[in-house]
Amino acid sequence: MGAALGLAMAAGVTVLKADPIDAKLEIDGKPMVTRTKAPEGHPFDEVMSGWLFREPETRSLEEDPFENPGMLSVEEGEQIWNTVEGTAGKSCATCHGDASESMKGISAHYPKWDAEAKRPINIELQINKCRKDKMGAEPYAFDKGGQKPLTAYIKNQSLGEPVSIDLSQGDMQAWWDKGKEEYYTRTGQLDLSCASCHEVNMGKMIRADHLSQGQVNGFPTYRLKSGLTSVHNRFRGCIRDTRAEMPKAFSDELMALEVYVTWRGTGLSVETPAVRQ
Amino acid sequence: MGTGLVTLAAAFMVAASAGAAEVAPDAVAFTDDGVSASLTGQAGDPAAGAKTFKDRKLGNCLACHANKKMEGELFHGNVGPALDGVADRWSTAELRAIVVNSKQVFGEETVMPGFYSLKVGLNPREDLVGKTILSAQEVEDVVAYLATLKE
Ligand code: HEC
Ligand code: HEC
Ligand code: HEC
Repeated sequence: MGAALGLAMAAGVTVLKADPIDAKLEIDGKPMVTRTKAPEGHPFDEVMSGWLFREPETRSLEEDPFENPGMLSVEEGEQIWNTVEGTAGKSCATCHGDASESMKGISAHYPKWDAEAKRPINIELQINKCRKDKMGAEPYAFDKGGQKPLTAYIKNQSLGEPVSIDLSQGDMQAWWDKGKEEYYTRTGQLDLSCASCHEVNMGKMIRADHLSQGQVNGFPTYRLKSGLTSVHNRFRGCIRDTRAEMPKAFSDELMALEVYVTWRGTGLSVETPAVRQ
Repeated sequence: MGTGLVTLAAAFMVAASAGAAEVAPDAVAFTDDGVSASLTGQAGDPAAGAKTFKDRKLGNCLACHANKKMEGELFHGNVGPALDGVADRWSTAELRAIVVNSKQVFGEETVMPGFYSLKVGLNPREDLVGKTILSAQEVEDVVAYLATLKE
């Protein structure tokens, strides 16, 4: 058990090994970029996928799509894609056809600027736009209905595609600035920022958890503890852990954070649905 | 329900009057030696301190620090240094200062929370506004426990 978990039993005290592993990730024979040179202005030299920080069992679950429990949600998402809903009598497939063609590579470039809403939107919000404007269906509430599986299905069509967002669109740069400020702002009774854990202490153990760079390239991720998890749910969880009030999903705060954190993972492959602890 | 509320109110009054003898979080006196005076005037209890130290809802010190004396506890973090022999390195007054508000000792940049400080981050959870992570007596207990960590 100890050995399987990769534990170092030093003087009887269990301190987990804390270096990100040096291994290659391939999914379905496709090589994934899990380490790459950081973009200009990044605090790290190298950006690293959360996969490198996980236990061997967790890593191998992600390597094999037949073992990856998140793939069940992707299949569920495919069904939703093909299901007619709303007053217009349409499904996603009615307009977009075969997602493996029409959605290939698309989600690696989200969040994107939405000229109409004058703010960045993520895949979840783009789905809601199409449901409302094109299908005459109710937008999904946060994490409800088909939101998570459909997002996972769309992002899975970009598996392996390097993340890169376009900060020259609209006011994206201003949202990036706001997201950056939030990233370094300490919150809550514990007075910690995102950077306190994912930058200053990246690679260290916080009790049983190996701190990664907190990248979002694998979202929605399949968490062994709690199943398919959306990116805003994860952000909210980390903020809650500082004992702070949590901003609402899709609020300006969390959209700005998503823009900035996505940029911090520039060049990493989309791994959706990644498997995490 | 009605009596429940009354009992609850009574409990708060007891807590408040017990607090009167305590040094308030913003009145703690830091000197070059640390915080010399007890926050409560009552000796800390090292056994209670050990419990507070490992309890995830209280000190949760193991989240960041390894401690050989707590081998029975699964998983010790390494965000901060191992606390083995910490009492050989720091005096009791210094240990008290570190636990009360580590920023006074290590500087603003430290990630170690101030356990008896009201200088917290943005938007603290509503039910925690104006509250410290540990009570004055819990701090005294943890400090008494740390003082036993000698090599
Ligand atoms: C009646 C046609 C129609 C339907 C039905 C429809 N869409 Fe769209 N969708 C569009 C159009 C047109 C666009 C181009 C952008 C726009 O106008 O919003 C688009 C854009 C998108 C994009 C962004 C593509 C990009 O390049 O950034 C995604 C993702 C998307 N739709 C997903 C869906 C999903 C998921 C569903 C079902 C829940 C759906 N759409 C239903 C017409 C439709
Ligand atoms: C108290 C420590 C702490 C703070 C503060 C914190 N996180 Fe985390 N975060 C964790 C831990 C522990 C994990 C799980 C292990 C890991 O992937 O690092 C995690 C995981 C994540 C993940 C998932 C990574 C993956 O590969 O799936 C993201 C994204 C993330 N955090 C973003 C953030 C953001 C954004 C903030 C600030 C709003 C933040 N975190 C603040 C501790 C923290
Ligand atoms: C979120 C992380 C974190 C938590 C939780 C935490 N500490 Fe620390 N602690 C640190 C760090 C980091 C340092 C090193 C000081 C620095 O460089 O900022 C430290 C330093 C110390 C030191 C000085 C150690 C030495 O050898 O110099 C003591 C004593 C200490 N902590 C006690 C505690 C106690 C007691 C608790 C719980 C009540 C606790 N810490 C909780 C992060 C933490």
